[in-house]
Amino acid sequence: MMDKPKAKFDVTKYMALIALIILAIVITALNPQFIAPNNLMNLFRQTSVNALIAFGMTFVILTSGIDLSVGSILALTGAITASMILGGMPAWLAGLIGIALGAVLGAINGLFITWGKVTPFIATLATMTIWRGATYVFTGGNPITGGKMNTSFFFQFIGQGYLFGIPFPIIITLIAFAICYVLLHKTAFGRKTFALGGNEKAAFVAGVKTKKVLITIYTISGLLAALAGFILTSRLGSAQPDAGTSYEMDAIASTVIGGASLMGGKGRMSGTLVGALLIASLSNGMNLLGVNSFYQQIVKGVVILIAVMIDSQTQKNRD
Amino acid sequence: MQIEMKGIAKAFGSNKVLQGVNFDVKSGEVHALMGENGAGKSTLMNILTGLLQKDAGSILIDGKETSYSSALDAEHHGISFIHQEMNNFPQMSVVDNMFLNKEIKTKFGLMNQKEMKKQAKHYLEQLGSNINVDQLIGNLTVGNQQMIEIAKSLMTDAKFIIMDEPTAALTENETAILFKTIRELKSKGVGFIYISHRMEELWQICDRVTVMRDGVSVNTYSTTEVKEDRIVKDMVGRDIGDYYPARNPKFGPVALKAEHLTGAKFNDISFEVHEGEILGFSGLMGAGRTETMRALFGIDKLKSGKIILHGEEVKLSSPSESIKHGIGFLTEDRKTEGLVLDQSLEDNIALPSIDGFRKGGIIDKKAEDEFVDMLMKRLTVKAQSANVPARSLSGGNQQKVVLAKWVGSGSRVLILDEPTRGVDVGAKKEIYKLMNQLTDRNVAIIMVSSDLPEVLSMSDRIKVLYEGKEMGIIDAKGATQEQVMKLATGGK
Repeated sequence: MMDKPKAKFDVTKYMALIALIILAIVITALNPQFIAPNNLMNLFRQTSVNALIAFGMTFVILTSGIDLSVGSILALTGAITASMILGGMPAWLAGLIGIALGAVLGAINGLFITWGKVTPFIATLATMTIWRGATYVFTGGNPITGGKMNTSFFFQFIGQGYLFGIPFPIIITLIAFAICYVLLHKTAFGRKTFALGGNEKAAFVAGVKTKKVLITIYTISGLLAALAGFILTSRLGSAQPDAGTSYEMDAIASTVIGGASLMGGKGRMSGTLVGALLIASLSNGMNLLGVNSFYQQIVKGVVILIAVMIDSQTQKNRD
Repeated sequence: MQIEMKGIAKAFGSNKVLQGVNFDVKSGEVHALMGENGAGKSTLMNILTGLLQKDAGSILIDGKETSYSSALDAEHHGISFIHQEMNNFPQMSVVDNMFLNKEIKTKFGLMNQKEMKKQAKHYLEQLGSNINVDQLIGNLTVGNQQMIEIAKSLMTDAKFIIMDEPTAALTENETAILFKTIRELKSKGVGFIYISHRMEELWQICDRVTVMRDGVSVNTYSTTEVKEDRIVKDMVGRDIGDYYPARNPKFGPVALKAEHLTGAKFNDISFEVHEGEILGFSGLMGAGRTETMRALFGIDKLKSGKIILHGEEVKLSSPSESIKHGIGFLTEDRKTEGLVLDQSLEDNIALPSIDGFRKGGIIDKKAEDEFVDMLMKRLTVKAQSANVPARSLSGGNQQKVVLAKWVGSGSRVLILDEPTRGVDVGAKKEIYKLMNQLTDRNVAIIMVSSDLPEVLSMSDRIKVLYEGKEMGIIDAKGATQEQVMKLATGGK
């Protein structure tokens, strides 16, 4: 016996957005500086690196997978790009190669998971360690900085430039969001991603090439992590060997706060964007309010727990 | 002992599921509960066993008003419920399953394996079964798993056992053993409430039958005094005429020819199916029918063999390959392989055809909506809209959604594995009609079915397998159940 589903405004879909708005109001009330255009621009720029990684993570989590290696991909591709620029390669080409390398590293994850039949958690846990190690080997444990990185206009523009008064990382993030949104919600590939996440066996029987879809998804995740790496390297003006450490956690948190289920089959790209904004607002707001950064971590953890609990409770009530 | 349920009513929100049901069962009796899916049988049983609370009416046990607070409470009072989907833990041993939550402990608080094994064996022996209790329960046949469930009821000293479609997944042999067990327990005074969709079982094992429809108990009969048509009429509320629609097949050329298919669980299977034909596949469970079809469709590996489609040899190494060649496959288990249950009917129906809706990379939503709408009408899927999740539909409607998928993907050869399993009478008939409509339009159908009357009535020819080998092919016209059974059990 089921209750008849009604096509009415579904408040549970907008939980994360409502939480974000409430949070913004509360922080603003405590410190109006929060909504100053300058701070907002800063906030959005802070969001961009995590948001890019989280967009890729959304595809991954929709298939009930996980990608723990994104932080390491970010660091390795960032370091390689930086060293290529130092070596005299044009920054745009070095960036492209770095991003392509990220895609390859992601595809390798996908191959282990599909053909190697290693569960995503273990496969990406292993590659996370391998690529972090590779980054240390490649950099010798030292940051890569200086030289042409300080003089290339293109390189500096990526992370620090403005277009029409908007920080360029924000523009990249918005474009990436638009592409990922269309890919997930408007294309056959997106439909297959949802089907695969909802019931992999049924999707396979219905003709979905599940391995191909999975490999593509991990490739996207790797590519976006490398793109985030390029932006981060440019913003900092240097590639740090320990860059991106634990970034996978923020990306997973953003996705989950945005309403995705780790069981797969459920989630939205817009939710992830809101989730990423929520996490960034939390840090930004607490900084403004002068909250000790040690406490910030505790608050962030609590927020994640509450968000997921509310989501699973409303879910249960609907069933 | 006697259970009497009087005027039971139950509503979920505005949805009145039960509206005055009367039902009673006595010790030493098998009382069948029949009704279409959604008639309220399960709800009634859940109320009896304390899983749900009634809104009105009374439950009298030996004349005394009673109400159980939980399934455990009901169990303590001698009423146990064996659900259709068995609640066991496949990766645990038989004895661990049997004593789950009832572990016997030594005086040090550790588990007393020896005693538990001894008791487990004792209860199984009472049922005439010598299952090895150390085995993982997941390695047992469905029939044996059911035996364990019954043994578990005996452990709680059950006076009444409720069985929900116990034979749905059993072979003929296992069914025979189950019936023998039921008769023996009956003679010892155990009463049974027996929910079934299989009409013939009424006369094989049941003493009385109560028919439910739309939340009311329509009638109660003694099985010696009632005929099938009467019960069907009570179930659907009208005469449904001939259960199986007549077939007037016109065979076209051979659509699919399989030569010497061999896989892990079947050996050297050859057959051909014509356009406009329904080729039945009969056999016991484990005869290799499903396995043959899965390998043919590219889900599992084919070791050797040739597939010739419309005169040309094809390699079908994956479902996507088969779909491209115009083959569709309605799997045996629609919940795990047929549907993405939490997604909409639209997403499910369009899935195999989704690449065809790409317009500059984007899905043409309007074309997709129209496509799905057309298919839902053609297959008479009853749902509020195409946007409701597949999970919310009844078994029959879910099955129609799966069929819609394959009709929509343009299948010229359609493999149907147990097309009416877990489907109610009304929807069954509609599915048969659809099969006829499809063959009228020259689709070739391969139908794997364990339902003998269905195989005999709907097929044009019947291929029989036994232990992975082919036993023969018979013309369905004039064939009898005995003929098919003889081949299916390995007799020549």
